[in-house]
Amino acid sequence: MIRHLQIQGLAARRGERTLFSGFNLGLATGEAAALTGANGVGKTTLLRIVAGLVQPDAGLVTFTSSEGALDAAEARAGACHLLGHQDGLKGARLAEEELEFQVRWTGGTAKSARAAAERLGLTRLLRLPVRVLSAGQRRRLALARLLASPRQLWLLDEPLSPLDAASRSLFGEVMAEHLAGGGLILAAVHDPLPVTAREARLGA
Amino acid sequence: MNAFGLLLRREIALAWGRGGGPLLALGFYAAAVVMLPLALGPEPARLAAVSTGAAWVLLALSSLLSLERLFERDFEDGALDLLSLGPLPLEAVAAAKSLAQWLIAGAPLALAAPVAAIALGARPALAGLILVTAALGGLAFAFLGGTGAALALAGRRGGLLVAVIVLPLLTPPVIFGGAALDRLALGLPWLGPLALLAGYAAAAAALCPFAMAGACRNALG
Repeated sequence: MIRHLQIQGLAARRGERTLFSGFNLGLATGEAAALTGANGVGKTTLLRIVAGLVQPDAGLVTFTSSEGALDAAEARAGACHLLGHQDGLKGARLAEEELEFQVRWTGGTAKSARAAAERLGLTRLLRLPVRVLSAGQRRRLALARLLASPRQLWLLDEPLSPLDAASRSLFGEVMAEHLAGGGLILAAVHDPLPVTAREARLGA
Repeated sequence: MNAFGLLLRREIALAWGRGGGPLLALGFYAAAVVMLPLALGPEPARLAAVSTGAAWVLLALSSLLSLERLFERDFEDGALDLLSLGPLPLEAVAAAKSLAQWLIAGAPLALAAPVAAIALGARPALAGLILVTAALGGLAFAFLGGTGAALALAGRRGGLLVAVIVLPLLTPPVIFGGAALDRLALGLPWLGPLALLAGYAAAAAALCPFAMAGACRNALG
């Protein structure tokens, strides 16, 4: 169980250019933070650093439980969802095959995948190949994995952008439930999140 | 079902669809085998002399065909991010991908290899050893080719890199396999080269996943 996520003095660079430096953020269970900033300021990179996919230039990301510091690799592999622009869904495969794989790979079951699909209004679409889904439907399919496999820390990169108003408010409910259940959310956004969230601004 | 089985099943399904699946490699192999007599001339004695060696080298090249994109699609569409945050380390993910590639492309090619060699004039008695050699060699090719594909992720002109890195690594198994077949054809003991081939394949399967995972992490970061 992650109790607290701490980001200290984080710096990242892409090539020669420094994206950001000295970034600090603490996030406890039940809290959400909205990561804002102009395009290209490094929001996606920050999320990927927290997920352990990118090595930071400087700084530390630490996960703590009630018993003390957690092994970062273990915390990431077992308790962290990263959802970005690239959702990893294969266009040629059926939506249900892709959803079931993603859910089971991240620790859920076929049953929880089905329940999540129903909740997000995807049941009708499950027998279709992913490639025929609209951008919003595809994003909902990707979001279903968050709902179906219980992982505490959600790292979301522009999660709402292709969604319509109804889906946004539905996903707002899902996020509020996740936070109420002890989850943590760090989301890079341009529009306000549909849940109470602290703002963490990146860049000047 | 455990995580490795889950991933392997998905990779087999993906490999089946990727670039025509086994048909691409098999089709290329068949075309190359058919063209050989057109280039060498139809004398049975000449063809029979090169039949096993030619069938074996063409198999090595055919098995590389669909390997180049082993990681590329997953890298581009974000699936590699998801796979990195799963229950298995990337090393196991890479092993599952290579294994699926072997099952989908390598195993059908291994079955086709004796047919190709006999069609070119090899003695049917060699068929068993050709099958074993092709299966073992295919395993080595899948893991070595996967390593090249992973290394190519971070760079432009990945295809060229795969050829330059992988082809030298493919020479030892080609030599060992060819030597085993040669010796059987001449009535000499052939177990030595076959054991070397098996050892090479085992080493590739054991070590290449680490190289693939390292290369993938490098490309993601």
